[in-house]
Amino acid sequence: MKWVRWLIGLVVIVAFLIWDLFFLELALEVKLINIILFCALFVLFRVIVGPSPADRIVAVDILGILIVGMLALLSSYYEKSYLLDVGLIWALMSFIASLAFAKILEGRFLDD
Amino acid sequence: MIDVIGKIFIIFGIAFDFFGVLGLVRLPDVYNRLQAATKCVTFGSAGILFGVFLMHGFTNLGFKALLGIVFIFLTSPVAAHAISRAAHRSNIPLTDKTIVDHYQDDKELKEE
Repeated sequence: MKWVRWLIGLVVIVAFLIWDLFFLELALEVKLINIILFCALFVLFRVIVGPSPADRIVAVDILGILIVGMLALLSSYYEKSYLLDVGLIWALMSFIASLAFAKILEGRFLDD
Repeated sequence: MIDVIGKIFIIFGIAFDFFGVLGLVRLPDVYNRLQAATKCVTFGSAGILFGVFLMHGFTNLGFKALLGIVFIFLTSPVAAHAISRAAHRSNIPLTDKTIVDHYQDDKELKEE
């Protein structure tokens, strides 16, 4: 049963990569943004089914990091630098959110 | 030439992002997942931002990319450390294959 799950996952990932990299007629940056959004689907899977609250906090943290990379690629594609400002603010805000979630998870409150 | 080097850095970073997210889905408990997912940060998104900096040089977009690398490198390990410490203190169980848990030993030693 385990190798069936392995095989299904491998076929889905390889089919997506081949379709994205060889059959779409787009610029290279847009193809790479597609790969990052595909990764974000995996992270959302972990947010939904994660068994403990700490799993969800880790997944949301990593989602913010992926979004920063995606915004960097997007601003490089459009040659507009204000999209990267959104990324910088997103990085700082996700850091503060992770610290606050960790503190609440530990059982303390925010004004300790 | 510098354009090609920047694109190589971006593709390298996206590969690191992808494998980090794969580890986030596959590994057994929250500490292993955190250890795999932090690899997304230090080579994944920082690699993408450094590639964008190499492609655009010292324009405003390149400077914002460098600033993003500084923010991510300063904030993300702190958040990862806080999450893992809070998870261990709120008694989220480790996986069955765990051999040694030094933090638990230290806490028991301190209580004695």
